[in-house]
Amino acid sequence: MIALWIILGIIVVLFFIVIGMYNGLVGFRNQVKNAWAQIDVQLKRRYDLIPNLIETVKGYAKHERETFEMVTKARNLAQQASSAGAAERGKAEGELSMALGRLLAVAEAYPELKANQNFLALQEELTSTENKISFSRQYYNDSVLKFNNKIQMFPSNIIAGMFNFKTGEFFETTTPEERQAPKVSFT
Amino acid sequence: MVVIAALLLAVGYFLGVAFFQNAIGGLVIAFIVWAIMSLIAYFQGDSILLSLAKARKISSDDAPQLYNVVEEMKIASGLPKMPDVYIIDDPALNAFATGRSPEKASVAITSGLLQKLNRDELQGVIGHEMSHVKNRDVLLMSIAGVMLGTIVILSWYASRFMIYGAMTSGNRRSSSRNNSGAGTVIVLVVGLVLMILAPIAAQLIYFAISRKREYLADASSALYTRYPEGLASALEKLAASTGELKSANQATAPMYIVNPLHKEGRAATDLTSTHPPISERIRILRAMAGGASYADYENAYRQVHSGKSILSQQTVAGAAGAVGIRAASVSKPGEIAVSEKSAKTREVSDMMLRLNNYRMVDCECGARWKIPPGFRDETIRCTRCGRTLKV
Repeated sequence: MIALWIILGIIVVLFFIVIGMYNGLVGFRNQVKNAWAQIDVQLKRRYDLIPNLIETVKGYAKHERETFEMVTKARNLAQQASSAGAAERGKAEGELSMALGRLLAVAEAYPELKANQNFLALQEELTSTENKISFSRQYYNDSVLKFNNKIQMFPSNIIAGMFNFKTGEFFETTTPEERQAPKVSFT
Repeated sequence: MVVIAALLLAVGYFLGVAFFQNAIGGLVIAFIVWAIMSLIAYFQGDSILLSLAKARKISSDDAPQLYNVVEEMKIASGLPKMPDVYIIDDPALNAFATGRSPEKASVAITSGLLQKLNRDELQGVIGHEMSHVKNRDVLLMSIAGVMLGTIVILSWYASRFMIYGAMTSGNRRSSSRNNSGAGTVIVLVVGLVLMILAPIAAQLIYFAISRKREYLADASSALYTRYPEGLASALEKLAASTGELKSANQATAPMYIVNPLHKEGRAATDLTSTHPPISERIRILRAMAGGASYADYENAYRQVHSGKSILSQQTVAGAAGAVGIRAASVSKPGEIAVSEKSAKTREVSDMMLRLNNYRMVDCECGARWKIPPGFRDETIRCTRCGRTLKV
């Protein structure tokens, strides 16, 4: 009789442990999803900023047509890739970042443009949006790392296998610039 | 934390023994005082703190860059909700965070600091404040602070009553009954010693907790921004300033990024300070060569402190994985050059205006008004902050 109670007790305890682990995994998965949504919000914001920015720059730098076209093209490609997976999307967004960097570099050559209030405000918005993208990516990758660790480490890997949890995909951008070591310039 | 609570209970116990011949009474009093103060601190703490600091709430239109940076750090730290952003109109350099939970938080920064910092530095400072919110330091420090306050208040009154009571009842007791005299005297003496030592001990523990949370906030800021140098150079600017923040006091000090009351240059490892010395915090941040993770901060701290450890094992292990440091933002050198240039231009133009009998009126918000010689009115309104200025 006592043995029966002990076995029953062990089963109940195990049951609660399994529930706890399962809920933990779901929590992590939701965090990853939420982090991904955050990136999405910021990327959309960037698409919206670009036409405005191009219009403002155009007013001062009419001859930089190539750059404008490149940015517009990169923006459209990135927008199309927004339904694709993390890897492909990361590549498209990386190219858009590069094109935008070129556009801002072009703007440097026009002192009047740099003094334009509208341009300055847009530049701050763009800088901030770029930062928000990279911070949300950072948070997303941290969340994916934690989630993947949970899925692959013992003992939660058993539960993850039972309920078919899949590891998350890291969001990497593959622009050559980001791989370079940080540069320091003195002016 | 536990030690402070134990001290509070001990004070209550002896209070009860001394006055009611019954420990429960004292414990109940201690608990009630603590509970009332805690409730006030929990529900009203942030608004009291913000109004004491004379902070005004801003929206993204008032200070777009500050608002953006706060939002960036909100994203980086994974806070569920955007905190309210406040500005304190004070030329002193400081910033603080408040709010009982990550859902209901505020960050405030002085206008002086906002003007002095570039984007990377501002990010470092806001990251530090955000970490106080994320790690629930505000709640921790206010609970500890309330306990400390309760201990101080109770012991202050109790020790005075005890001395008075002992003097008056001493005569009575020696004449009427001598049976329990020795026991009572021992209790009284122990109680009295406790009443004197408890506030001091509680205060030291409180300061120690506060310093530890500051280190953690620095480490988190480096982790969020991936750029320890930003906070390091912001701290350097903070250390160089001499202005004391008028609206800060002993109770609100732990929430600020640097101690608003103590001057830097005091004894390096001061036991009675809410913050570690700034120079040391900068040295640790600059020693983070390899990366921006908690483990890197821990290593840097060990380097500076010859092997001692600061972050808990759990914190370091919880965020495993290599974390790189990002490059400085591109706008940084350009920004400095522009601001220096415009400052020079301004200086020259002010000089020329003075030669032409213009008068200069400085507003507290930092704007300078140039009054032409023929101006008749006695006051003008600052269009930047709305204050009325005397000419």
